[in-house]
Amino acid sequence: MNLLTIVGVLPLISALLIAFIPSKNAELIKRAAFAATLVVAIASIFLVTGFDKSVTGMQYVQSNTWIEAFNINFAVGIDGISLVLILLSTILVPIVILATWHESDLGRWSSKSFYILILVLETLMIGVFAATDLFLFYVFFEAMLIPIYFLIGGYGTGNKSAAAVKFLLYSLFGGLLMLASVIGLYVIAGNQIGATFDLTQLATLEIDSNTQNLLFLGFFIAFAIKAPLWPFHTWLPDAAKAATPGTSVLLLGVLDKVGTYGMIRFCIALFPDASKTFTPLIITLAVISIIYGAFMAIGQKDIKGLIAFTSISHFGFITMGIFAMTTQGMSGANLYMVNHGFSTAALFLVAGWMMMRRGSSTIADFGGLQRVTPVMAWTFFIAGMSGLALPGLSSFVSEFLVLVGTYTRYPVAAVIGTLGIVLAALYILIPIQKTLHGPITSGNENLKDLNLREKIAIAPVILIIVVMGFYPKPVLDIINPTAEKVVVNAGFTDPVAKVGK
Amino acid sequence: MLIAPSLIYSLIAPILIVLGGALIGVLVEAFLSKAHRAAVQITISIGTLLLALQQLWRIRDLSSTTAAVNSVTIDKAGIFLQATVVVLALVAVLLIADQENFVAQASAVPGSNEEKNSLQEKSQQTEIFPLFLFAVAGMMLFPVASDLITLFVALEVFSLPLYLLAGLSRRRRLLSQESALKYFLLGAYSSAFFLFGAAFLYGYSGTISLSGISAAAGSANNIFLLIGIVFVSVGLLFKIGAVPFHSWTPDVYQGAPTPITGFMAAATKVAAFGALLRIFYVGFAQEQTLWRPLITVIAIITMLFGSLVAIAQRDVKRMLAYSSIAHAGFLLSGVVALSKDGLVASLFYLFAYGLTTIAAFGIITLVRDSSGEVTDLNRWIGIGKKSPLVAGSFAFILLSFAGIPLTSGFIGKFAIFSSAYKSGYISLVVVGVLSSAIAAFFYIRVIIMMFFTDPVNDSVSVVIPSVKSRISIIVATVISIILGLMPSLLLNAATTYANFIK
Repeated sequence: MNLLTIVGVLPLISALLIAFIPSKNAELIKRAAFAATLVVAIASIFLVTGFDKSVTGMQYVQSNTWIEAFNINFAVGIDGISLVLILLSTILVPIVILATWHESDLGRWSSKSFYILILVLETLMIGVFAATDLFLFYVFFEAMLIPIYFLIGGYGTGNKSAAAVKFLLYSLFGGLLMLASVIGLYVIAGNQIGATFDLTQLATLEIDSNTQNLLFLGFFIAFAIKAPLWPFHTWLPDAAKAATPGTSVLLLGVLDKVGTYGMIRFCIALFPDASKTFTPLIITLAVISIIYGAFMAIGQKDIKGLIAFTSISHFGFITMGIFAMTTQGMSGANLYMVNHGFSTAALFLVAGWMMMRRGSSTIADFGGLQRVTPVMAWTFFIAGMSGLALPGLSSFVSEFLVLVGTYTRYPVAAVIGTLGIVLAALYILIPIQKTLHGPITSGNENLKDLNLREKIAIAPVILIIVVMGFYPKPVLDIINPTAEKVVVNAGFTDPVAKVGK
Repeated sequence: MLIAPSLIYSLIAPILIVLGGALIGVLVEAFLSKAHRAAVQITISIGTLLLALQQLWRIRDLSSTTAAVNSVTIDKAGIFLQATVVVLALVAVLLIADQENFVAQASAVPGSNEEKNSLQEKSQQTEIFPLFLFAVAGMMLFPVASDLITLFVALEVFSLPLYLLAGLSRRRRLLSQESALKYFLLGAYSSAFFLFGAAFLYGYSGTISLSGISAAAGSANNIFLLIGIVFVSVGLLFKIGAVPFHSWTPDVYQGAPTPITGFMAAATKVAAFGALLRIFYVGFAQEQTLWRPLITVIAIITMLFGSLVAIAQRDVKRMLAYSSIAHAGFLLSGVVALSKDGLVASLFYLFAYGLTTIAAFGIITLVRDSSGEVTDLNRWIGIGKKSPLVAGSFAFILLSFAGIPLTSGFIGKFAIFSSAYKSGYISLVVVGVLSSAIAAFFYIRVIIMMFFTDPVNDSVSVVIPSVKSRISIIVATVISIILGLMPSLLLNAATTYANFIK
């Protein structure tokens, strides 16, 4: 067992242990879950110290036979892209637990089930980014849906069970299309090099272009639903509105990244030719997502809906960066995934506190929070600024890289995408003005400011947003070699001379 | 002069033991006093099945085409299928042993005083055990029968007891009797079709043995062969509930006593698919161009029809009936694959699906109100709150039916679809995943009802199962969980045993 496996299995073991604590001891369960995820987060930081940035291949590799008959292995390993996403997951989980300490109290089931689901989910999230066996990835990819489904349906608000089902059915549909492609790939491998699910071996297959296009679509639609890309996005606003803020953070911050991660790891790496064929279409969809998400966000009256639609816009940027097929676009998209994770987390968590205090999620119900609750207002402000990619905050760097990377190959798309930034200013600044400034609307006079627990929870997120805005180099150093390798392996070279990071 | 046939008793011992047990059961019915019958019958049934299993283990490495004068072929796949039937029967018999699902006196007219009296006397129908054992023996013979006459005999041996058993439900007796009659009449038609086809196959090849039919390929009249294949297939497709021969399935599943439904749904599929696989893999493999397109079309409409119609069901037993139709479609993909992979996949799928099915129906017997089982899905609302463990197990089983990863159902589906893809039937894979997506909808709807909807003030409760039912449900569920996490345990065995002697 290497460190990666240990990090992955720890949450699951903790979940099993927590199952033995009686449900009555809710406080003890919460503390145990927080402690466990904190340990996981710290252990995952050791993954970075042992990570050799100069190596572009997989590290922390481990492979054990799982299902002999189909040559399926429990094979894990990480490169730069998966490392940063695993870090994103492991760091966000304890923050979410701490920030939403009382979130599980009002659920349909006990707090115990809530934390067990969260911990199981964490194992699956780490697994999905670490799997280097296609079958294993698929198993994590699908199994992940179940805990999220119960988290939304059991602890959410509003029309939660409909939203949970919509989420599950959309994802299952995509997953099953992907299953057909997985089977196709497995059979083709069986005919050419012997049955295998090993990703590096699958990448060497020579598949005729027709088959390749079909297999590509199977994967891509699954990932586009997950990401979510227009027009596969309709489940996201519902799910985000119904889920608790903590679940939304994990859903939008981490789970949806599996979609964009999958595009890089599977669509592009396994089907470079098909990727080329479909790039114009995908770039178009991405641009539509950027603009559509932004316009919809402007029209939202509900804070959760607002954040959901801004995410659709941001996922458009990420997808555009990936399929621009330039090293800058690719690095930028990767960095964007991390940054979006943290800025969404900040937005959702602070919005969650605001909604809990006010008992409403309608933007119009807030007003003048800056005077009543200055700390909460400032954190919301910073999170919002990160959402609109203000220079000096983390999202700016990644958005800039994506746009520059795209411009060198698809100038028109990049220019239209830039419009998204302008719209972002609208969809962020208007709600901020409405909620934080102006006169104090009635009902808001006695709202309490953040307490110590909440301050401790949000501080690291704000810190990361600011530090990564000024000094993204450590993360980019991890990402860049892998991103470059992905682009080169797909058969692309940068159209212009490489610009320094 | 008639020469006595030579039988290799050691190879057909498992079947003979079960038949012997059934006969002893009949004698017990005749001679033992009422008070002791139930306990003795249960002991005989379980003992017989365990002994049969032990005998199957003994002959696991032996094989012969001539176990009974070319009529019975004991080969690897045959032994695996027989063992599957016996294991499923063992799990099911514990459910059946909970006799309160069965009518107190089958001969009493529903609603009559006679019926009330026998209910008050707590008299029990113990004929179900010998009938059950006869059915098991027929199911063991069916997949190893290698000529058309033996196939027909086996078909009848396991069908007739099932017709009877289907009519023995204690509650809603008219519905139960109606379903038994429907099952019997349609079953009789389908047997006639089978015989009709068998006659044509004899006319085509001049022999009734499957290997003889295979050897006649290319030298005889193909029209006869085609007619023969079509009609023999009709008989078999009826038993597995493939569209368009499925119409009995929902009625019988709903009407039969729930433990019988579980047994029938699981074990009949194993036996009928075993025979279907042997007939097509051994008898008709040479003439595959004739039948593969036909079965492909049937598989496609079966998958789609089963998944689509299940959405409209409001009764949990009917829903599972349509789901079993869809699963028959998936399994037919393994028949069409016509390869070693297809056989391995089918063997795994049959075992895994059978166990989950019995567990599912076992759990259905637990959800009751004062007048008996509640199968109306609307009244299942909120049982997740009343009994989280039972509802959780049922949810797991539904997810396994839906083919979510980390369940045995997923591995089975993957194996079946990849074998079909490998044989070039990509259309089956595409339709298969699409209908899985459709099917997910109604499985998940049940989970919502159980967990996400608040219980209304209703008398429905989840009873604490008796020890026997508990063992049965727990064993079936636990094995399903294990097979989902470590499918190699069974897959490796299926790979070793996926071999028909031709």
